[in-house]
Amino acid sequence: MTDLLPITLLSLQVSILATLISLLIGLPLGTMLALGKFPGRSFLLSLINTGMALPPVVVGLFVAMSLWRSGPLGDLRLIYTPAAIIIAQTIIAAPVVTGLTAAALQQLNPRLRLQLYGLGASRVQMVLSLWREARLPLLAALMAGFGSVISEVGASMMVGGNIKGQTRVLTTAIVLETGKGEFERAIALSIFLLTITFLVNWALTVIQQRGRP
Amino acid sequence: MTALIEVRDLLVRREKQTVLEIAHLSVEAGEVLAVVGPNGAGKSTLFLTLARLLKHERGVIRFFNGHESISTLEYRRRIALVLQEPLLLDASVRENAAIGLRFRGTPKAEADRRVAHWLERLGVAHLAERSARKLSGGESQRVSLARAFVLEPELLLLDEPFTALDSPTRARLLEDLKAVLGETGTTTIFITHDLREAEKLGTRMAVMLKGRVHQVGKPREVFAHPADSQVAEFLGMQM
Repeated sequence: MTDLLPITLLSLQVSILATLISLLIGLPLGTMLALGKFPGRSFLLSLINTGMALPPVVVGLFVAMSLWRSGPLGDLRLIYTPAAIIIAQTIIAAPVVTGLTAAALQQLNPRLRLQLYGLGASRVQMVLSLWREARLPLLAALMAGFGSVISEVGASMMVGGNIKGQTRVLTTAIVLETGKGEFERAIALSIFLLTITFLVNWALTVIQQRGRP
Repeated sequence: MTALIEVRDLLVRREKQTVLEIAHLSVEAGEVLAVVGPNGAGKSTLFLTLARLLKHERGVIRFFNGHESISTLEYRRRIALVLQEPLLLDASVRENAAIGLRFRGTPKAEADRRVAHWLERLGVAHLAERSARKLSGGESQRVSLARAFVLEPELLLLDEPFTALDSPTRARLLEDLKAVLGETGTTTIFITHDLREAEKLGTRMAVMLKGRVHQVGKPREVFAHPADSQVAEFLGMQM
């Protein structure tokens, strides 16, 4: 069990980074989809909503094909590296964060925007105020994004390769140990995975619920 | 008297339909213009257009003595608006009252002073630290008014701010608002479908029907001498 700590740390590192990148993509994109008026908006929203249900193995397949030595991005030599897992997980989490961000902002009273503008808000101040107002569902979006990647195994296995000491994360290690019949190790890893998932979500929930009546 | 706002030849269309067509309307500095009309008369469209929240297709709106070139943001930072729903943010009463000042980058000490004064003046100072979500309808609208008055606006736009309130609350708030407007001399455009409110608050009254202004005058004059049969019918229906 000496390798448990590096596996756990890598899992956390990869999934937190993928979630943060998804947030950087999803928050502005979701905001644009919720507040903007442009041709193709509904179509884009449908695509994002479909993307929320993207099977990780399908993402894994396309990322693996792209990063494969002979693939279009093969020269980057990223296949079977933690970076490849981050890319795949970002593709999985970004639609989740984007879709839930759009839904969170669309739930706000549309006249609130008029009121904020009427109070002298610039466009940036208006958006920041709406984000603050929707902070509870936005944090839920962040939690859902993190949950979708910390628990996925297919893409991590396909693009990371489950290489010991390099790309082995908790989920791929659980698959490996179960395959070997090492159920005790698999259970220990599962408990670890559940614990860190709980701790991260607990921290986010505390932030989310702070100041609530 | 100087016209603070002057509208000429204004045309607003929505979904290819003309919803507002005003040949001329002006608001003098310090007056309270009550804009009355039935539902669908174009009052709220006029309100949004004057707040520069809705674009007009044709016409000229001269703000602040002809300074037409003023940017939309700068313009909005010289006015204040109060809507039918208070639309307070999920924050304390104090934070809500201060938000417009925060947008303008007003120094904290000055913002605190103004917020304290206006919460007190509108009778909600004791609620300053309370969550805006826990207020009654009347309290929320008082906070909404305080949020507008702290800005010390050159023009105050009110869009049916009392409609959602019960009768006693509405009467008290109307009384307080009349007193505050008397003290501050804030130029105000007050949109309402209630003729009693218009008569009580307005120094002048504009009757709007089907997107057009049919008559402008002192409330007493309008009631005594309706400009046409449609105005007479509207006034008759209401009184």
